Amino acid sequence: MEGNIFPAWTSKVRDLLPLALGGGGLYVVTLVTFGFSPETLAVGYQPEQPVAFSHRMHAGELGLDCRYCHNTVEQGAKAAIPPTQTCMNCHDKIRTDSELLQPVRDSWETGEPIRWNRVHDLPDYVFFNHSAHVTRGVGCVECHGRIDQMDVVRQEEPLSMGWCLDCHRNPEDVLRPVSEVTNMEWEADDQAALGAHLAAERGGINPPVLSCSGCHR
Amino acid sequence: MSSQYDLEIQTALEDPTSRPHLVMGGATFASIDDDVAGVSEGFLKKTSLAWYAMFGASISVLAMLGAVVVYLISTGVGIWGNQSPVFWGWPIVNFVFWVGIAHAGTLISAILFLLKQDWRTSINRFAEAMTIFAVCCAGLFPAIHVGRIWVVYWLFPIPNQMEMWPNFRSPLLWDVFAVSTYATVSLLFWYMGLIPDLATFRDRATSKIRQGAYAFFSLGWTGSSRHWHRYEKAYLILAGLATPLVLSVHTVVSFDFAVSQLPGWHTTIFPPYFVAGAIFSGFAMVLTLMIPVRAIFGLQHIVTLRHLEVVSKVILATGSMVGYAYAMEFFVAWYSGNPYEQFAFTNRAFGPYAWAYWIMVSCNVISPQLFWFKKLRQSVPALFVISIFVNIGMWFERFVITVTSLSRDFLPGSWAYFQPTPFDALTLIGSFGLFFTLFLLFIRFLPIIAISEIKGILHKQESHH
Repeated sequence: MEGNIFPAWTSKVRDLLPLALGGGGLYVVTLVTFGFSPETLAVGYQPEQPVAFSHRMHAGELGLDCRYCHNTVEQGAKAAIPPTQTCMNCHDKIRTDSELLQPVRDSWETGEPIRWNRVHDLPDYVFFNHSAHVTRGVGCVECHGRIDQMDVVRQEEPLSMGWCLDCHRNPEDVLRPVSEVTNMEWEADDQAALGAHLAAERGGINPPVLSCSGCHR
Repeated sequence: MSSQYDLEIQTALEDPTSRPHLVMGGATFASIDDDVAGVSEGFLKKTSLAWYAMFGASISVLAMLGAVVVYLISTGVGIWGNQSPVFWGWPIVNFVFWVGIAHAGTLISAILFLLKQDWRTSINRFAEAMTIFAVCCAGLFPAIHVGRIWVVYWLFPIPNQMEMWPNFRSPLLWDVFAVSTYATVSLLFWYMGLIPDLATFRDRATSKIRQGAYAFFSLGWTGSSRHWHRYEKAYLILAGLATPLVLSVHTVVSFDFAVSQLPGWHTTIFPPYFVAGAIFSGFAMVLTLMIPVRAIFGLQHIVTLRHLEVVSKVILATGSMVGYAYAMEFFVAWYSGNPYEQFAFTNRAFGPYAWAYWIMVSCNVISPQLFWFKKLRQSVPALFVISIFVNIGMWFERFVITVTSLSRDFLPGSWAYFQPTPFDALTLIGSFGLFFTLFLLFIRFLPIIAISEIKGILHKQESHH
């Protein structure tokens, strides 16, 4: 036809173009939403540690309480990483010639701390407070998973803002008696009833939901 | 700047039987093609030093804007004068100014099309282009004002891991939708209308590159009856869709102010008052741009003095509405009995920003009233000068509304006088660089008058006088 200088097949391309543009836009949004989400990027992070410390053995089989090593969780914002001293409380008597413990003994002798790799790392603009959660009956397991079954600790949960808000909006789904906070195996007989009861106790549990400054100060 | 066609209209008697034609000079289909396409093709035949000089100047100013924006993003919005209590300074003033200008395009292309106003055909392409470029300038300001531009997509409700959504109760979010809808529909409307004319350019092209480029954008238009049938249907649908936008966009922009509870902003008169002001400023900008362009490219027989006169009447009408709104604001402030409201308006007219207020009143209320005189409506220099006054006045209107109310609110302890910085001025000037760069490219590469639509009214004026 007069005026058409392009070959006929280009009409097909022209007709498909809007579909490609629309579909492309949708694809990018979907890709970014799911692909860039911490659910995809952060869950499963399991760095190698300088010492082959097994939580499965210590917290699981031996039944050490979480707070023996991470002793600040009830008072402080941060969960302390134990100093070499804490390891040596036992290990200057037990397995004193173990190959695996050589880095710990080196640290003990030189005074140079062990450089553990942080697994659960929130952005700097989030102010997470361990004591606020632990003393109100949010179990360690809710955020950290079954640490007592891990030889090498891995990140189980996305730790994204949306994930935080899921609990902040419905705290009764996860609340437990404060005495059971470190118990990884504990389960309520009737979480709905218990959660509602605990959430109403002591003036109620009111996690920040709508106020940005609750967590971003 | 006046021509023989202008003289013909000036001397014509007010006799309906001998009214001058909308398109003069015995135009034919072929001569319209030659005259309009000739503007763009003229650049191929002769190097236009004037165009290069203007384009060089515009693009330098645009480059300066780019540098300011980079400095702004790397440093923060503190480089502007936005400071407590005036956190909305020039950026919002410039935003509303440009969005207002963008209103003439859709009014001319949509509402006047539905009302079958044939005179729109000579200026609609031009006004629509101006609309798109003004929306580009307008969109720039909120985007760079957000501070952290790298998360500007938070303005849109996109699913995200934070489960965070924009605040749907905020008029600022409505604004995002209103302006982006407006930009999309205006662009589609403009492009749709361009297709037959792009095909004309393609068919007249003498070089392969030119032919290929216009062929690409004319989407295989051949001018068959089927093409025209569908084109006209689509155009009508788009006109229908765009019509409510003429009213809705500036209504929503006015909500940015009216929904807040600040004296001087919290008034129900704002939506109609803003829409009238927007059309007022848009038509003034059409005149400011059209007058030199028609003279430079010899288009006085297509964009005749009669067209300019009609535009000046629209300016007179909307300018009077704006003047009425200014007066009504004072009346309502007095009638409300609210001391804060009364103070806000006394402060506007006689406070520290009285200078800005009276510039606004002189430019927006007094200057358009001169259009009651036919002599001035038919004098090209007068039209040009008054249109520039209106542009200035409408910028000051937004300045007065934004800054006077914020600088003195309920608590005298927090009052302060707004001081713009040089970067405020550079950003405003830079936005003109963006506008004129786009505009000069438009003149050079696209049909600046809707060729096919002009042809559509030619036969009407032949058959009955």
